[in-house]
This record gives sequence, C-alpha cells and structure tokens, in this order.
Amino acid sequence: MGRADRPVGGVIDGIAMNEHPKDDGIVLTEAQKRARRSRSIAIALALAALVILFYVMTLVKGPIVLVRPI
Amino acid sequence: MSLVGEGADFRGPIAAATRLAEPSLATVGDYIALMKPRVMSLVVFTALVGMVVAPGSLHPMIGFTALLCIAVGAGAAGALNMWYDADIDAIMTRTQRRPVPMGRVQQGEALAFGLTLAGFAIVVLGLLVNMLAAALLAFTIFFYVVIYTIWLKRSTPQNIVIGGAAGAFPPMIGWAAATGSLSLEPILLFMIIFFWTPPHFWALALYRTQDYARAGIPMLPVVAGETSTRRHILLYTLILVPLGVAPWALGFAGMLYGLTAAVTGSIMLALALQVFSERQPAERAARQLFAFSILYLFLLFAVLLVERGWGGLIARLAA
Repeated sequence: MGRADRPVGGVIDGIAMNEHPKDDGIVLTEAQKRARRSRSIAIALALAALVILFYVMTLVKGPIVLVRPI
Repeated sequence: MSLVGEGADFRGPIAAATRLAEPSLATVGDYIALMKPRVMSLVVFTALVGMVVAPGSLHPMIGFTALLCIAVGAGAAGALNMWYDADIDAIMTRTQRRPVPMGRVQQGEALAFGLTLAGFAIVVLGLLVNMLAAALLAFTIFFYVVIYTIWLKRSTPQNIVIGGAAGAFPPMIGWAAATGSLSLEPILLFMIIFFWTPPHFWALALYRTQDYARAGIPMLPVVAGETSTRRHILLYTLILVPLGVAPWALGFAGMLYGLTAAVTGSIMLALALQVFSERQPAERAARQLFAFSILYLFLLFAVLLVERGWGGLIARLAA
C-alpha cells in the first residue's frame, strides 16, 4: 500500500508531463473498505438525526425559538 | 517515581508517522467505545434524576434533547480522556483493551472525535435548551479533561477527590436544563456524588494498587499506603452517609427515600469499617465496598426518581 509518484510538471524520473503513469493511490483492503463504509453510514445517520432534531425542536418551541436571552 | 510508565512507546514519532500513512480500520463500535458508554449511562441517569426532581414542567422533547446533549458531552469527555491517557491506558490491565492502546483508533482521531462531539453537544444544548445548561456542560467537559485528566490525575493523590466534581455535575446540568437556574437541591445531589467518588475509587485502587503504580498514577494507596487509604475511605464515607439522608431531612425527598438512604448508608458505613479494620484478606473487603458503592448511588437516585418522577406524574394525573 502506498502512493505512486505523481508528475506535476516537467519531467520526473524520465516521465514527461503529458504522460500519466498508472496511479492507484492508496488501495484499501476489504476490511478497511467495510470499516470506512460503516463510519460513513454512522456520520450520515448522525447528521440526519441532527436535522430531524432541529426540525422537531423548532416545531416544539414555536416562535420562541428565536428569543434567546443570555 | 516516573509518572509516565515505561513501555508506552506508541507515541513515538516513527510509530505515529507510520500509522498516519495507514487508512483507519476503526469501526463504529470503536468510536462508541471511545465514548465510555457505561460511564455515559450513569451520567445520563443522574442527569435525568436532576431533571425530574426539578420543579415545573418540561416538554418531553426538550428533556430528551437535553439528555442527548449531556450524553454526547459525556462521550466527548471520555474520548478526550482516552486521547490524553493513551500511554497509561496501554500499561494498565483494566484499560489496555481500549481502542487507542489497541491501535484501532489513532490518538489524533480520538482528539478530533472528542472535540467535535464536545462542540456539537454544547452548541446544541445552548441553542435548543438553555445557555446555563450549556455553560455547565462546557465547564464539566473542561473540568474532566483539563483539570482532572491532564493536570490532577498524574500529579496528586487527591486527583479523584477534586476530579470527582466532574462526575457530580450531571444532576446540576439536568436541573439547569429544566429550570434555567440552580438551587440548593441540585447542589445537594452534586455533594452526594462528590463525596461518594473517593471511597468508590479508593476501594478500587486498593485492589488495583500495582496496576496504578506500574502506570505511574499517584493514587492514594500508591503514594500514601493502604492504611492511610483505608482511613480516608472511612472518613469520606462518614461524610457521605449523612449527605445521602439530607434530601429527606431537608424535605426534598419522601419517606421511601429517607429509609433507603438510611439502610443503604448503614451498609456502606459497615463495609467502610470492614475495609478499615480488616487486614486479611484485604482485597475482599475492598471489592465488596466497590461493588456496593455502585448499588448505593444507583438506589439513592433511583428512589428519588421513582418518588419525584412517578409520584409527581400520579399527582398530576389525579389533579
């Protein structure tokens, strides 16, 4: 696992700028892909829950939601 | 005595650099473990009691939101504690299977996770419930992470005495969420947890002394010895037991609570006396006190919840 050199200009190691060597980037294992997917789903669910929470609380509090004495 | 134990080399720059290049294998379960779910459940329970015993009515949705924010705030404090304590967690038997010492979550990830959760919990509590509750939650997280974890834990045997305040704040936050103010009653609940914490943790430390010593944590048995710890346990229990009865004596709680506090307080005192006087086998008495102290606190708060929560609900329905 690792990063391939990516030419950003000029000639690097004999590869011209217009040539694109095979760059796979970081290749995740199946376990890493599963872990990333589960984390992504959890973040999505948390964000959705936050949206629903704010929506419901706005209904519950009504116009007073904008009144914010400190 | 070294305060940072040997063998905690995973904070080294080479290891850190190597790990940064590796995609994370952390699962959702690892992040939940970072939030110390068992501690979180106790925090939510005591906050709920603070909320229920508070005067006036609270919309269930606002109550739910407050508890959610308090739970997430407690989880944030737990994650930040694991971020900072990763070195000693790796040494202690009780903590070495946590996600950071196991290498499943990197320290930086735990830090980012904790800060993000803390930010969300405080802001949402302030926006949707009230500013006093949010300020108290922010102070609790700050107290637990900075005052206790970073400062006191590794520097003084009084670490859990002062640091115990962090665990005592949730009923006050619950009360503040319900009323927007504070009074003597939530302060009394705070005092009960505050004086419960030292005998509870020192009982644990008595039979985990070697673990704490190896990690370089100056717990009372490590620094002052077992005899002094036993004396301190008894002293704090002598303060705790009358405090436990105080809500009934001051008219905040009913007969059932008073009776429960008196009976369980007597058992707690008897166990503290046993720890004080019994030398062999020392571990058994300490284990019994540790286990019973959890039940003691749970019963006090549960009875208060039943009396004031269900009692109040029945009274409202009858009216």
